[in-house]
Amino acid sequence: MGEQLIGEYVDHAPGYVDNGETKIVTSRFEYSDSFTLSRYAATGGYQALGAALARTPADVHGEIRDASLLGRGGAGFPCGVKWGFCPEGVWPRYLVVNGDESEPGTYKDRLLMERDPHQLIEGCLIACYAVGLSQCFLYVRGEMALAQERLAQALNDAYAKGYVGKDILGSDFSCDIVLHWGAGAYIVGEETALIESLEGNRGMPRLKPPFFPAAIGLYGRPTIVNNVETLSNLPWIVNNGADAYKTYGSETSPGTRLFAVSGHVARPGVYEVQHGVTTFRELIYGDRFCGGMRDGHELKMFIPGGGSAPWLFPEQLDLPLEARPVGGAGTMLGSGAIVIMDETTDAVRACLRLVRFYARESCGKCTPCREGGVWLEKILQRILDGHGRPDDIDLLLDVGDNISPGPYPRAGWEAEGLEPIPFPPKQTTICPLGPSAVAPVVSAVTRFRDEFEARIKTRIPVNAAVSAAHSAAAPVAAPVTAAD
Amino acid sequence: MTDTNSEVATVPVTINGTEIAADPGELLIDAAERHGVYIPRFCYHGRMKPVGMCRMCLVEVDAGRGPALQPSCMIPVAPGMTVDTQSDATVKAQEGVLEFLLINHPLDCPVCDKGGECPLQDQTVAFGPGESRFVEEKRHNEKPIPISETVLLDRERCILCDRCTRFAKEVAGDPLIHFMNRGGQTEVNTFPDEPFSSYFSGNTVQICPVGALTAKPYRFRARPWDLDEVESTATTDSVGSRIVIQSSRNQVLRVLGVDSEAVNWGWLSDVERFNFEAINSEHRLTQPAIRDADAELVSSSWGAAAAAVTDKIKAALDGAGAGSIASIGGARLTNEAQYAWARLLKGVIGTDHVDAQLGDGLPAELVLSMPRATIAEACRPGGIIILLGPDPKEELGALFLRLRHAIVEDGATLIELTPGPTGLSPHTRHRLHSPTGTVADVATALVKGGATTSVAGVDPGMINAAHDALGAGPVTVILGRTSVTEHPGVLADAARALSAAHPDARYLSTLRRGNIHGALDMGLAPGVLPGRVTLAGGEPAFTEIWGSVPGSVGMGTADTLRAADEGGIEVLFLLGADPLVDFPDRALAERALAHAHTVIAIDLFVTESAAVADIVLPAAGFAEVGGTTTNLEGRVSVLNPKVTPPGTARPDWMIAAELASRLGSDFGFDSDAAVWEQVTTVCPSHGQLGADALAGVDAEDGLLVGAPGSAGFDFAAPAAVTGVSEPEAGSLRLTVGRKMYGASSATRHSPSLVGLAPGTTVRMHPENLRGIGVDTGEPVVVRSARGSVIVPVQVDPSIPLGSVWMTGFQSDVTINDLLNASDPITDVRIEAVHRTAQSPSGAGGSEAGRS
Repeated sequence: MGEQLIGEYVDHAPGYVDNGETKIVTSRFEYSDSFTLSRYAATGGYQALGAALARTPADVHGEIRDASLLGRGGAGFPCGVKWGFCPEGVWPRYLVVNGDESEPGTYKDRLLMERDPHQLIEGCLIACYAVGLSQCFLYVRGEMALAQERLAQALNDAYAKGYVGKDILGSDFSCDIVLHWGAGAYIVGEETALIESLEGNRGMPRLKPPFFPAAIGLYGRPTIVNNVETLSNLPWIVNNGADAYKTYGSETSPGTRLFAVSGHVARPGVYEVQHGVTTFRELIYGDRFCGGMRDGHELKMFIPGGGSAPWLFPEQLDLPLEARPVGGAGTMLGSGAIVIMDETTDAVRACLRLVRFYARESCGKCTPCREGGVWLEKILQRILDGHGRPDDIDLLLDVGDNISPGPYPRAGWEAEGLEPIPFPPKQTTICPLGPSAVAPVVSAVTRFRDEFEARIKTRIPVNAAVSAAHSAAAPVAAPVTAAD
Repeated sequence: MTDTNSEVATVPVTINGTEIAADPGELLIDAAERHGVYIPRFCYHGRMKPVGMCRMCLVEVDAGRGPALQPSCMIPVAPGMTVDTQSDATVKAQEGVLEFLLINHPLDCPVCDKGGECPLQDQTVAFGPGESRFVEEKRHNEKPIPISETVLLDRERCILCDRCTRFAKEVAGDPLIHFMNRGGQTEVNTFPDEPFSSYFSGNTVQICPVGALTAKPYRFRARPWDLDEVESTATTDSVGSRIVIQSSRNQVLRVLGVDSEAVNWGWLSDVERFNFEAINSEHRLTQPAIRDADAELVSSSWGAAAAAVTDKIKAALDGAGAGSIASIGGARLTNEAQYAWARLLKGVIGTDHVDAQLGDGLPAELVLSMPRATIAEACRPGGIIILLGPDPKEELGALFLRLRHAIVEDGATLIELTPGPTGLSPHTRHRLHSPTGTVADVATALVKGGATTSVAGVDPGMINAAHDALGAGPVTVILGRTSVTEHPGVLADAARALSAAHPDARYLSTLRRGNIHGALDMGLAPGVLPGRVTLAGGEPAFTEIWGSVPGSVGMGTADTLRAADEGGIEVLFLLGADPLVDFPDRALAERALAHAHTVIAIDLFVTESAAVADIVLPAAGFAEVGGTTTNLEGRVSVLNPKVTPPGTARPDWMIAAELASRLGSDFGFDSDAAVWEQVTTVCPSHGQLGADALAGVDAEDGLLVGAPGSAGFDFAAPAAVTGVSEPEAGSLRLTVGRKMYGASSATRHSPSLVGLAPGTTVRMHPENLRGIGVDTGEPVVVRSARGSVIVPVQVDPSIPLGSVWMTGFQSDVTINDLLNASDPITDVRIEAVHRTAQSPSGAGGSEAGRS
């Protein structure tokens, strides 16, 4: 069925850049028919599933634990350990795949779902077998039409061939995978909101505790929530073993990882990079990677892990692409979305653009995020419109403080003689969306206070401010135009 | 989470430096409040699941890993927990949340109904930052939008605490209001064409922590500081919900629910909450009236009216004797008034033709002797509830909410032995629905189990599944009159079958009228005397106090009306009864009222029956009289008067005492308290319920009447059911159910409620409708042996085959035109309208049976 339709499909959406390095999850991306079952089978597809079924579930689970595969959704928690968190003897339990990739700047999971859906499906099956589950829910972001279409086709084909469903490959392992399309809310990328949405409710996060998904998740049952990229690594690990996996990347962060780079670099795109070894400098300036800043411009700041991460600056370029050192610098590697901004970027506008996103995507459940986000947006808009007040800078910080109390992590705390501040920050909200709106504010205000003060002091008339901004500043995140 | 079920009696927690003893599993916010530390909150409500959304209750909690801000409404106490509700971090967080809540909240407190009793106002003063730094334009929405016929929503004032939406979804089961949009545009609203038409919508107004939700009856009527209030009991139905009555300038303006653990948990149905409007109706009776020579009712003085009544009584006594005097009704009265009337009728006049029920209830012996369950016992976690009665959602709203909670949240199992779906049906799979007249067969099959063939149309698998569920827990039978078309003996047969198989089962009566259980306890039924004793059993004691008691058991309402029709009744008292509307045989009621020599109506309004009475006496009603009332559990609770009655309307006990005095019998009553003192003296069952006991601190929810003397059921009382045969070919068995809003005078005189009455409809299974040539929504003729009415038909596959379900007792159609009190069951034919002479009044038309 898949074969017949190939001609009807649109081409791959752009975004992926082949950097000639190790390919663990992007190995089939070069083929134009990479998403078909025939290509997948011809390139070793579903062999890992057969191999896993020949071993005991505990053995497979142990292999993944040994590989120290870190979750790729943002928190970076070891996948094999997470699988062991469900309480003993409580059945049924579920696997939920978080394909609601919507962090500003992130587009790696979309490529994995569009270009290699069978790899994800095989990963889901291996996970279900290892943990003893028979029901998996694949939640795909509402806007990702191509990913939904290709996953649906892949699931149909996999069911038809007996890779999914009853008595898989002649074993006594049965597993169903249900595809669920989101309705287009950013917050549903948060795992408890995703579970609410799956249950048919409005997507709003649940409070942890008591609603840790591992204990009380989907339909009140123990639930494992994994990221698309995390699961896509499983077939390779089962085929090649944990030891082979650990030969890539650093000791604490083995394997490779996808980074989605956007913004003012010569060649933005998704790169598969050795985890924990490569530095930001190599990624941004390396010839095999982004190839430096766009013609002659200079780096002003960059966001290391999606829109909700505090910003980093040129002096932090030598940090490795690994969660711990980046966390130590007061920010996070998050979902691997790196946004590069050059000197033409207006810090106030960039800040407003990010804050507006979080203010408007707040689910409205808890007060500080719902009201505070909008307030931050309004203050920033006022400053940009030339109606800023001298108190506004302190007001921005204090409103942020009421969403995310205490010193907010930001780069450069050491220079100011402050104690290390762990990320994530404290929050008065239920989920981290509220603090996400504070991150750009704190980053921009502390580093570029002069730009805010200039806006406030000069009191530029509205029209002039707008036209000046348009002539001076390029969009924060330029459309991805990488050669495919 | 650690297991705290073991021997741990209390959990030590340190709050603001003081160690307190919290209960295991208790939420921190509750433990703190019990020990005098109030933590501010908006979304938290003790009767609903916490959600931790408003973030107002954030406090610094140290559970061993350093202090962190935690929502105290979501955190159960843990041993050694240290809490600081006044730390800098706590104060900053609380000030921050309040500032956030206020940035978009309009400061229209001077014109807001909530101003003065507003949690947002109060907590802003107590915990707020003092001033706002917000200089932007506030969010704007259209002010207020109606979300139902009674409730309006001002989205600008809303702080999105999720209380109303949670109530609608979790408590009422009417998820009709929702959060919509996101971010700063988030709002509560309804979907288009799906208004918040919930029977319980008024509760959302009461629990709204701001003035976002307002209800029409109270909107712009008073300021909270002008209101004066008393606690009392709702007498709209027999649940006996605890309430607060608020008034200003001698006018009742609002009724609020009180959180009574035993009864209503703070919730009220809208009819309990809003029908106080009838108290203030301009149609209230204010003067006695006597029919003059021109057959017109003419206002008179109390003296003249009372003299006229006593003249009629004396004439009857001198003529045909006490047996020619009868009384029907009395459920509206307080316990005291019921006792006074029982003493007047049975002790002074000497008649036993006294019946508080209108042929639409259960035999008094059955109710008085049943081993009763309390609401809490019926709702116990894991219990089995057998519904052998009317739809609680329509007739006893506050009880419905308790039952629903027990079934949905506490794992109680419901088995329905009803003639069709009820408001609880969505929450059970044991829906043993069968046509009226067959429930005893289904009950027998249920307790027997192992069914192989269907019984009265009920699938054997369903019967067996319910049978298996029966053994899983303690059984409570909700027993009430399912349909007035069915002889109560059928229900008694079913109850007998259940009782034989489950002798430990307990029973909760669902007779619906306000104080009907008090009326039975106080002797307003044939063959019984006050204190749940029979005429024979109470004769020695009451002869001593009353002088005499009737010598033989008298007639119930149906027989009284038949006797009146035959000219055997000289004086007929209507104690708040309106038989023309309520008695399930309109033709008989009409003839009886026409042929009774003298009809004396004691009422609040000129009801249809009072309009044809010879003497009308105005009574004081709800919120105007003090005393006590008895709910369906047998729980006696206090009624407090709040306003004075209109005109010269008097409390019912006073009317009885005056008539007795004029008949030469001084009761010695000078207040309702004096009546109650006599009740507690002469009725052993009420001996522990003296005024002092009812005023005690442990009697907040009222006190239960002592257990009846007779153990177990006396099933002999209901006459054996005869004449329940299969319907003729082409006939369908009729069920008549009530709705929350109907033709009751309290609803009809409440402007906010009168429009909510749905009107009469007939529902039937599509297979039964096929062949009639009528589509759903079109009018049909419903024809019984007695008469016919034209009403719209609705297709409903959940109605058992072979039966039809009519919404009855609505103002548009006199449903009792179809009914014959002598028939143990009623069958009807459904016909297309065009085949018969169409009534000019269309749906409201009544064709025949009235001469």
